[in-house]
Amino acid sequence: MSTVDLSQFHKTFFEESQEGLDAMEVALLALDSGSTDTELVHTIFRAAHSIKGGAATFGFTDVAAFTHVAESLLEEVRSERRGVDAELIDMLLRSVDCLRAMLARSRSGEPVADAESEALRVELNTLVSGEPAAAAVVAAPKAAQVEAWNIRFIALPHLLQTGNDPLRLFRELQQLGRLEVLRAFVVEAAPAQLAQLDPGQCYLGWELRLHASVTRADVAAVFDWVDGDCELSIDPVEATAAAEPAPAAPAAVAPKAGSTPRAVRETASASSDGGSIRVGIDKVDALINMMGELVITQSMLSDIAENFDPSQLERMREGLLQLERNTRELQESVMRIRMLPIGSVFNRFPRLVRDLENKLGKQVKLELHGEHTELDKTVLEKIGDPLVHLVRNAIDHGLESPEKRRAAGKSETGTLRLDAYHEGGNIVVQISDDGAGLNRAAIISKAEQRGLIRVGQELDDAEVAELIFQPGFSTAAQATDLSGRGVGMDVVRRNVRDLGGTVGVRSQTGKGSVFTISLPLTLAIIDGLVTAVGGERYIVPLISIIESLRLQPDMIRKIAGGGEVFHFRESYLPIMRLYRSFGCQDAITNIEQGIVVVVEEEGKRVGLLVDDLLGQQQAVVKSLEAHYQRVQGISGATILSDGSVALIVDVSGVVRLGQQRSKAA
Amino acid sequence: MAKILAVDDSASMRGMVAFTLRGAGYEVTEAENGQLGLDAARENAFALVLADVNMPVMDGISMVRALRALDAYKGVPILMLTTESHTERKMEGKAAGATGWLVKPFDPEQLLATVKRVLG
Repeated sequence: MSTVDLSQFHKTFFEESQEGLDAMEVALLALDSGSTDTELVHTIFRAAHSIKGGAATFGFTDVAAFTHVAESLLEEVRSERRGVDAELIDMLLRSVDCLRAMLARSRSGEPVADAESEALRVELNTLVSGEPAAAAVVAAPKAAQVEAWNIRFIALPHLLQTGNDPLRLFRELQQLGRLEVLRAFVVEAAPAQLAQLDPGQCYLGWELRLHASVTRADVAAVFDWVDGDCELSIDPVEATAAAEPAPAAPAAVAPKAGSTPRAVRETASASSDGGSIRVGIDKVDALINMMGELVITQSMLSDIAENFDPSQLERMREGLLQLERNTRELQESVMRIRMLPIGSVFNRFPRLVRDLENKLGKQVKLELHGEHTELDKTVLEKIGDPLVHLVRNAIDHGLESPEKRRAAGKSETGTLRLDAYHEGGNIVVQISDDGAGLNRAAIISKAEQRGLIRVGQELDDAEVAELIFQPGFSTAAQATDLSGRGVGMDVVRRNVRDLGGTVGVRSQTGKGSVFTISLPLTLAIIDGLVTAVGGERYIVPLISIIESLRLQPDMIRKIAGGGEVFHFRESYLPIMRLYRSFGCQDAITNIEQGIVVVVEEEGKRVGLLVDDLLGQQQAVVKSLEAHYQRVQGISGATILSDGSVALIVDVSGVVRLGQQRSKAA
Repeated sequence: MAKILAVDDSASMRGMVAFTLRGAGYEVTEAENGQLGLDAARENAFALVLADVNMPVMDGISMVRALRALDAYKGVPILMLTTESHTERKMEGKAAGATGWLVKPFDPEQLLATVKRVLG
């Protein structure tokens, strides 16, 4: 093996640098809010140090140079030569942003340093105390050449215990030239009796002559690691006047910065990656463990199959049950590999909140809860933007100014709380504020203006809250540079829906609002109820189902306009005939003979009419769009155990479909 | 082939070190911080330990000190992977019992040359 292609480590480097910068930011913000924890400073320093080391190793010299200056500043803080103040934190936060941009440019192969990064680097440098730049490697002045060196080397007793070995030193000297041992001797401190001799201690000394025309520094470099572990003198045997150019030393002990050839950057390999995940060893161990169980089950089953006779039926049934259990556990373990804590998304909010506080003149206390709750990586990547939107809205429009809060008898500092937790098979993320709550009158009047509701229409609180998610509720005209509440809420909902989740809001005037996002654990597999409609199978996601029931004639009402409703828990819900929505033949059309599945979507409930319920099943979701095209009311397809294809019902899509039909009718 | 323990919290550095050494035929165990490195060292007999200095949980210097306190690692070479700007730390490492150091940034060839020198 001659050379190692370093570009294969670039992706890991970028990822860990990203994590390092995130950690730096979190720690800087904690320092900013008055924490004096020294571990925070260490965390920041360590991250900067790591990025510098990696950048230098993998050839990103501009990043390394920038980080070096930032690190020098941090070193002063760490060694308590400099205090922490707001100016320093601002500067370092800007450096974090700058490094993010530089790394992004490195990644895409663009020129890394720009005017901005250079200006900031210079600014940082002026902050660093007037010490000489540590990075500058001062070239040693050329010493006069000699032909041979006398070396007197006496190992101190503990030398061997540092892992060093005189033999290795001599081998290295031999690399420089011919080595002659003039004398080897036992030091006086050595025990007189052999029995007292500790084999871990060294009591030897040597007088050597090295015949090589090298500099003193070249010779000294061999003893670099044992400085302090030996007595050493290096003296020239005879000086030569001739100033020959020094031959290169075969093996320099300490390679100097800047002298190393760098691997060619391969931007193609950096950008064509499919993304990677860092997985905890416990998760991998669980997987391997499960795999082992599966192998045992498999061998048990094949053992039965080999000499099968009906008396073993019970054993086979047991084996199959075990296989089922193994498969489910294996599936869960595999899914867990894709799961990452939501903390990585939550961590951007302290910075965002700090910036918004300054911009809007508000005081906000941010509380994060449940950062360790894990989410599917894809869901995690896509939930960031909707969350940012909701947080911005909460600060911009939810929380009042300090004056208003005081007037309302509240503390001047508003509280914004982010929560993440498991609920049933879902992950729930809540954004709550103790602000003014939704302004009912303003929302109704705006909805009237936009023609979303009739003037004077009676609406309960839930319906009013629902209005802010309507497309067209807001226009760009009233958007501030931060989004206003309502602006883009339909986009938030659409993004969450695309992830198979739901979003809703509860609000109390004067007390605040709570936005609740509910997300599936994974996008790949859903728990579903298999239903029959005509000759087809439709799967309804279990998460949406409230109840299934057979209706009695007295529960059903026809309403004006051709709609049908049924009585359910003190209210009336519309009935959607699925066979009509999807155009199925030979389905049961008499409501009383079929079964109604009550589903809930964003606070709205409807009953879906199906022929029959066939059972519960986990469905591996296959995208229809990838193989066919997008179909309204259908979120995907799956393959049932008998090999047939079943379509998965997109409940919110079906509800919308029903509304369109009823409007059109 | 000799067994080597590579301890570094940076996955890219660790990856580079491990890949290079494995390519040269060494058996490499990786650890993410000093504590995990120490745990691995207790369970295996490594011929060489490579240790980053700045690491969370337990830093490299503390790990070296702890390793030297173990009978099995009294004379085993331990190299610190360090940056040139921190000579004090280098000396601290030495005081803790490190054999020597490899200065970052280093490339795969320098790493191999140093490892071969130490392992003979």
